[in-house]
Amino acid sequence: MSAATPALSPVERIKTASHRLRGTLVESLANPVTGAIADDDTQLIKFHGSYQQDDRDLREERRAQKLEPDYSFMIRTRLPGGVVTPAQWLALDAIATRFANGTLRLTTRQAFQFHGVIKRELKTTMQAINAALIDTVAACGDVNRNVMVAANPLQSSAHATVYAQAARLSEFLKPKTRAYYEIWLDAEKVAGSGEEHEPIYGPVYLPRKFKIAFAVPPLNDVDVFANDLGFIAIIENGGLLGYNVTVGGGLGATHAEPGTYPRLADVLGFVSPERVQQIAEAVVTTQRDFGGRADRKHARLKYTIDDRGFDWFRAEVERRFGAPLRPARKFSFDHSGDRFGWTEGEDARAHLTVRIEAGRVADRGERTHLTALRKIAQIHNDKISSLSFRLTPNQNLLIANVVSEDRAEIDALIAEHHLDLYKTATPLHLNALACVALPTCALAMAEAERYLPELTGKIETLLDKHALRDAPILLRISGCPNGCSRPYLGEIALVGKAPGRYNLMLGADARGQRLNRLYRENIAEGEILSTLDALFARYAGERVAGEGFGDFLLRAGIVAQPRSTVISHTLATPEQERMEIAP
Amino acid sequence: MSAQPARLLSPLSEDKLALLARLTDGLDADSLHWVSGYIAGTAAIQRRAPLTTGTTAPVAANVEPAPQQRLTIVYGSQTGNAKRLAETLAQSSEAAGLQVRLVRADAYATRELAHERLLYIVISTQGDGDPPDDARGFVEFLAGKRAPKLNQLKFAVLGLGDSSYPQFCVIGARLDARLAELGATRLFARGEADLDIATVATPWTKQALDHARDVLKTDTHASAPLATVTPLRTNIAAPWTRERPFAAPLLANQRISARNANKDIRHIELSLEGSGLSYEPGDALGVWATNPPELVDAVLATLNLSGERSISVNNETASLRDWLLRKREITRLSKPLLVAHAQRAQHAELERALSADGKDAARRLLGDYQLRRLLGDYQLIDLLREFPARWQAEDLISALRPLTPRMYSIASSRKVVGDEAHLTVARLDYEAFGTRHVGAASQFLATLSEDAGVPVFIEANERFRLPADPARDVIMIGPGTGIAPFRGFIQERAETGSAGRNWLFFGNPHFRSDFLYQVEWQRALKNGSLHKLDLAFSRDQSEKVYVQHALRRRGRELYDWIQNGAHLYVCGDATRMAADVDNALREIIIEHGGMSEDDARDVLNQLTQERRYARDVY
Repeated sequence: MSAATPALSPVERIKTASHRLRGTLVESLANPVTGAIADDDTQLIKFHGSYQQDDRDLREERRAQKLEPDYSFMIRTRLPGGVVTPAQWLALDAIATRFANGTLRLTTRQAFQFHGVIKRELKTTMQAINAALIDTVAACGDVNRNVMVAANPLQSSAHATVYAQAARLSEFLKPKTRAYYEIWLDAEKVAGSGEEHEPIYGPVYLPRKFKIAFAVPPLNDVDVFANDLGFIAIIENGGLLGYNVTVGGGLGATHAEPGTYPRLADVLGFVSPERVQQIAEAVVTTQRDFGGRADRKHARLKYTIDDRGFDWFRAEVERRFGAPLRPARKFSFDHSGDRFGWTEGEDARAHLTVRIEAGRVADRGERTHLTALRKIAQIHNDKISSLSFRLTPNQNLLIANVVSEDRAEIDALIAEHHLDLYKTATPLHLNALACVALPTCALAMAEAERYLPELTGKIETLLDKHALRDAPILLRISGCPNGCSRPYLGEIALVGKAPGRYNLMLGADARGQRLNRLYRENIAEGEILSTLDALFARYAGERVAGEGFGDFLLRAGIVAQPRSTVISHTLATPEQERMEIAP
Repeated sequence: MSAQPARLLSPLSEDKLALLARLTDGLDADSLHWVSGYIAGTAAIQRRAPLTTGTTAPVAANVEPAPQQRLTIVYGSQTGNAKRLAETLAQSSEAAGLQVRLVRADAYATRELAHERLLYIVISTQGDGDPPDDARGFVEFLAGKRAPKLNQLKFAVLGLGDSSYPQFCVIGARLDARLAELGATRLFARGEADLDIATVATPWTKQALDHARDVLKTDTHASAPLATVTPLRTNIAAPWTRERPFAAPLLANQRISARNANKDIRHIELSLEGSGLSYEPGDALGVWATNPPELVDAVLATLNLSGERSISVNNETASLRDWLLRKREITRLSKPLLVAHAQRAQHAELERALSADGKDAARRLLGDYQLRRLLGDYQLIDLLREFPARWQAEDLISALRPLTPRMYSIASSRKVVGDEAHLTVARLDYEAFGTRHVGAASQFLATLSEDAGVPVFIEANERFRLPADPARDVIMIGPGTGIAPFRGFIQERAETGSAGRNWLFFGNPHFRSDFLYQVEWQRALKNGSLHKLDLAFSRDQSEKVYVQHALRRRGRELYDWIQNGAHLYVCGDATRMAADVDNALREIIIEHGGMSEDDARDVLNQLTQERRYARDVY
């Protein structure tokens, strides 16, 4: 490194001094005077799958009351593909009820989140999660996060194969430090504790978070191009040939910092299933060694690639991989949403996808969704059935591998507890995504999850006005520009700027292959709705058959050409490449 | 005469003692006599005219008279009532030309008892039959084997208490019986004053004065030499008093328990600017509350009386509403009122409950006192509703006891807050007997709007003072609103740069909602003005954890601190907490000091005597 290297970000210092992610977490947990942990530890606890948060609704009130903020912790599971057994579901439900705020939050990365766990009960909660054979290691932090897998219910055997591959990769990329086990599970300290060898990550881990997804065409439910590293399964005649590898996706950006931007991944090449681990290691270690460590807003893999050039990046990865990558195979995605309702798999097992609004499983009024799923889990846990639960990448829930005799009973429970929104809701409502935002997320600038029902209702009214009720429009709302709800891939997206004010983004496709663009900056609800009203009017009158809202906006010249589409560098010309991607 | 005054028996603080030693060092007998006469004269002036500004006129002062020609008044006081009565008696005795000395029980040298001829004791009973903290040693000495024969002594006792407690006035009764047992002659029957203190105390005081005149006249020998002195320092008394309170503007009224807390705790800031009032950490602020207007309306409506009628009682005239709002207790019941009401209501159960053998029934009727502490008091309005009776306005006002000011430990140091006084007030607000009930003063304070004037005065508490030596460590035990004085202590110690360490024990139901002044303590820990903070949040886990448990957990270290000269302070609930803490401290001394139960008790008594173990409990 040259002397001109910019100073490392403070988080780099914290990681370096942390004795492999231990920091002073034990002391912080034991400090009875505060519900918070030490500042440095708030960075480290992320690697253990938890964020310190506080109820922002109460912050000002408590300051006047001479009380510290109402601190609590979010805990996120590491659960490749979001698959759990009925027994695990019951355990997670019990934990949510006993230690968290009585809800389970299904995330856009197929993880469960618990919110509102107080410091005093954090360790007990971690132990309860681990007792259910689920851990939270590396669910957050500068490491590989939860590995996503298409929830695609149509191709059962392909799903099983890809899921197994993803789970192995998740395990392979897990940090080797024993800190998690010592701090939360009372594991004995051993020789070398605090100096564990981290073969993938090294002593300071990655410069920033790292996201991996496995997609199974034709469904792009995982939004594979939004990930640092993606694997697109290439299946022929029911057999898995291998994967197209995508690199450099990432949606996070910062308002008013042009150097930060959402970016879709590029297609790097093709690997056989046996080489998934090697290519992942080559990409991850390249990012480890060359990723920016001075500015955390400019540290994701996408910036490493753009700063050094794609050709350099490919050469570096191929050097580490030990061979040139083979050219990518053709692939095609038709949609990035979920397929609701019952579907029959290849093996005569049935799968039911139900809508969970904003991913929040709770008992609210007559919508006793938590209870419904508890009952289903209980029944199938008792009789040891093949049923499992799968979180979809769109915050919904798939009840998988149901034998046909059990369908009626599940349908009855779903109806009894009003979990059958999927039957009646508009496509807009079913496909909408919202991040958690206020009151717990520290980054939120505006409402998201709490605003979603109201907003979708108002937009539906507009759709009705233009006879567009059945238009499958992708709506996404995010409380800040960091992109947890993947807003830059929404045909309509609101990105929070301030309470009640959003950037209106328009014009993505519905396949996760084209980003939207800023259409109106920092506007309030009234202007958002009047803008959409006018655009819906044009869409209703001018669209061609089967044309999506985002595609229409682009064709009509209402939204300019996108900044980023998916580029496959291994194909001869961009023209040809686009031809291949376009449906 | 020794140049080093005896420390243990003196009521003076260490720095005053040191001054006295310097003053008297090397003086000849004549000079010492003059000094002693001068100081006695100063005391006489203070006693005679405590409420007026100092006079510069020469006054005659008595040199300490011999015991046989002197009245000694010993008082033991927790909340200041017994002290006030004893002072009144001393003043009127002096005004009558008698030689009198007034001594707080813990400043009384018990070996002098054998030489006393005339002794009056004014003493309250606390909680479950305990003496006030300042009288523990005195009561114990009298009860013990070392108490001398007292055949030469004539005495009388006035006990103070609250008849809703089972052990009403037992300390007074015990002393009264014991003095007689030791051979002393009871001049007249013991007084037992209830919450309506004056009903019993006024006639007792008059009797006491009459008897004292008789006794001392017959005993009088040659008159003692008089010294004429002019006070060197003008005695500037506070311009605002209990009787003439200062209207302190409200600066802040902030709830400091979280929205989901069971109790509404308020942080109140009052301005004393321009009042000339000053206070020391440990002092209390007396607050004259106005009764809740809705409650006054309810009483008037229930009795079908007009609030606008002008009523004269004891030469004072005001509208009935005004009497009930500002001059009479309506949120606390007294026994005389109950008795008077029972007669009117002609309710058998109520009358039986109030008869001499009806104690159990009374307790059933009014609820066990611990339950009452929990649920709050049975108020006048409950009595009127449950046992209807007719009252004439004048009779009612005569039967109700006068409104008394509420005392709040001041939660600030003037060195930090300037001309302000801060309070920590638990707002009493509960459902009972089918209706909402509030506490008079807490409701008054909690519902004040900005700029309102609160009638206040300072009630000094010399028994609850930071160590004169700033290098001493202090251990502060203040659960609930008992935290108040320690906020003042820590502010004071930080501001004065005291070298001693500060250790705070705090407890309340929940960490998240009831951690009073949480961010201030966090800041104090960070900047080093608070050294240790131990917490007991009783309801945050299945087993209840209170401050006494936190003390035991830290027993070893706590004992080391005490050994090292630390001062202990306890503030808060008197009914259970104070005793639980006292027991915990004794157990800690037994365990870590390797002492017997009796020895440990002696250590605590000794600490109390040395004013290293002080309590402000209520």
